[in-house]
Amino acid sequence: MSIIHCQLSTINCQLSIINYIKMIVLNNIIKTYDKGETKAVNNVSFEVGKGELFGLIGPDGAGKTTIFRILTTLLLPDSGTAYVNGFDVVKDYRVIRASVGYMPGRFSLYPDLSVEENLRFFATMFNTGIRENYDLIKDIYTQLEPFKERRAGKLSGGMKQKLALCCALIHRPAVLFLDEPTTGVDVVSRKEFWEMLKRLKEQGITILVSTPYMDEAMLCERIVLIQSGKILSVDTPSTIIGQYPERLFAVRSDNMGRLLSDLRNIEIVKSCHAFGGYHHIAFVDRIAFAGQANFADEKENPQNALLHALENENHRNIEIREITPTIEDCFIRLMGNHYQPTANGFT
Amino acid sequence: MNEIVIQTDKLTKRFGDFIAANEITFDVYKGEIFGFLGANGAGKTTVMRMLCGLSKPSSGAATIAGFDIYRQTEAIKKNIGYMSQKFSLYEDLTVMENIHFFGGIYGLSGRQLKEKGEALITRLGMRNETKKMVSSLPLGWKQKLAFSVAILHDPKIVFLDEPTGGVDPITRRQFWDLIYDAVERGITAFVTTHYMDEAEYCNRISMMVDGEIKALDTPANLKKQYSADSMDEVFYGLARKAKRNL
Repeated sequence: MSIIHCQLSTINCQLSIINYIKMIVLNNIIKTYDKGETKAVNNVSFEVGKGELFGLIGPDGAGKTTIFRILTTLLLPDSGTAYVNGFDVVKDYRVIRASVGYMPGRFSLYPDLSVEENLRFFATMFNTGIRENYDLIKDIYTQLEPFKERRAGKLSGGMKQKLALCCALIHRPAVLFLDEPTTGVDVVSRKEFWEMLKRLKEQGITILVSTPYMDEAMLCERIVLIQSGKILSVDTPSTIIGQYPERLFAVRSDNMGRLLSDLRNIEIVKSCHAFGGYHHIAFVDRIAFAGQANFADEKENPQNALLHALENENHRNIEIREITPTIEDCFIRLMGNHYQPTANGFT
Repeated sequence: MNEIVIQTDKLTKRFGDFIAANEITFDVYKGEIFGFLGANGAGKTTVMRMLCGLSKPSSGAATIAGFDIYRQTEAIKKNIGYMSQKFSLYEDLTVMENIHFFGGIYGLSGRQLKEKGEALITRLGMRNETKKMVSSLPLGWKQKLAFSVAILHDPKIVFLDEPTGGVDPITRRQFWDLIYDAVERGITAFVTTHYMDEAEYCNRISMMVDGEIKALDTPANLKKQYSADSMDEVFYGLARKAKRNL
């Protein structure tokens, strides 16, 4: 019985390997600009499986758009190889272009065509019609339908974004590339947009989406954290958070501005960053571990030591509590310990 | 914090039948960081343009740095600084050329330009970059330089329109250090942002929905009022009710 069980689990395991179809593969991709002076993408490798909602998370200049342009065959890499849906981005560019949807960061529909004309244009370009794939865009397009006669250039930001998504989907692509679809968009529209992505993913479409908003990382199944062309980490958001190597604490008091500079001057505080209503701090290693090992002993408890130090600086209503790091904490940490933020610091 | 630097009374802007900004009334105090938030299309830009003296209101009254929004727009422009993510500096001019260009526009003398330019370069630690084209600087440096240039003429108020969009998390925080520095020197900061953690750094926040200010208070009071844990929740709760989604 146990042998059968064992074999079954092996089969299951193999099945899940078989089911993992690589839809996007990058191997050591390098792309430079300005005759090699600017390394936009510096030796980047990662894979995206079929049906995955995969996020490229990083600030402007991280190399996100360059990666999109290489994968959509609009730009040649200096070196390295990349495949989309099993096809080589250099040799098989025609096949790739026909089978992917791409929504660039900048609005790139025809402003002088109406909503409906834009959609029909993109459908025709890909040898299909609106009716054939209407089920895929129905949820999104019904919100646009009252304005279908309106010129695309006259739509609001949120509506333009929805139309662009419809146009990128109308030929039922195997892979959808979305370059910063939520940049400059308010919180409400951002939430709506991610709901749409979730529903598309459920229909089996592989989605690579980039964003500079760190909080959106949590909405992806797996993410790449990227900075200055280099990958800092690739994994599920929860794994990346789980790998955060230090205990992290949130601190606040009645005077948050002074608290920030005071915390930076307290020697048991290793790092300190403003995070909205709280400052996030880590203690120097020795103390953090001592606190963990012997929390009962107040002298070894970094929280109490910090509380006393802040009381001595006349802070009132002090709150210190241990927290789970956010992706933004992880990003800051991965950006490098040598990059210590100072008041106006350029290091 | 009692001196009022921005005062608006039922400020309204109509475009035909459309009321982009409806009876906007609020005060901003000297040395305050005032967060001006709202959903896309809520009317933030319309109000900002009126406050900067770039667009005439349809009705209502306002004074900016003590100057009347209808009759003294040129005086307003001399007494404010403006920086946005979209337009900040000339990419094809060097760092020093940009400083001299914008300082010159704001009427600084040759000696003032030299003194203030030097102080700015020192404060930002950009000694080795003065002769570099702005286009060659990383985004974070550009944004910090743009902000410093916007307050080179010691304006009473600096308007910051999404100043940190797309900037990395460390530089974003350094940028706020610069805002705090400016505020210490008595400059008032009027800021829009899509980052809700940054809303927490403001002394007070207003929330615009469908052309009207629906909430205005300190971040702590707003969270209390809407029983929310974060500004994100407060914003979502208010902006979700927006009907104007065109």
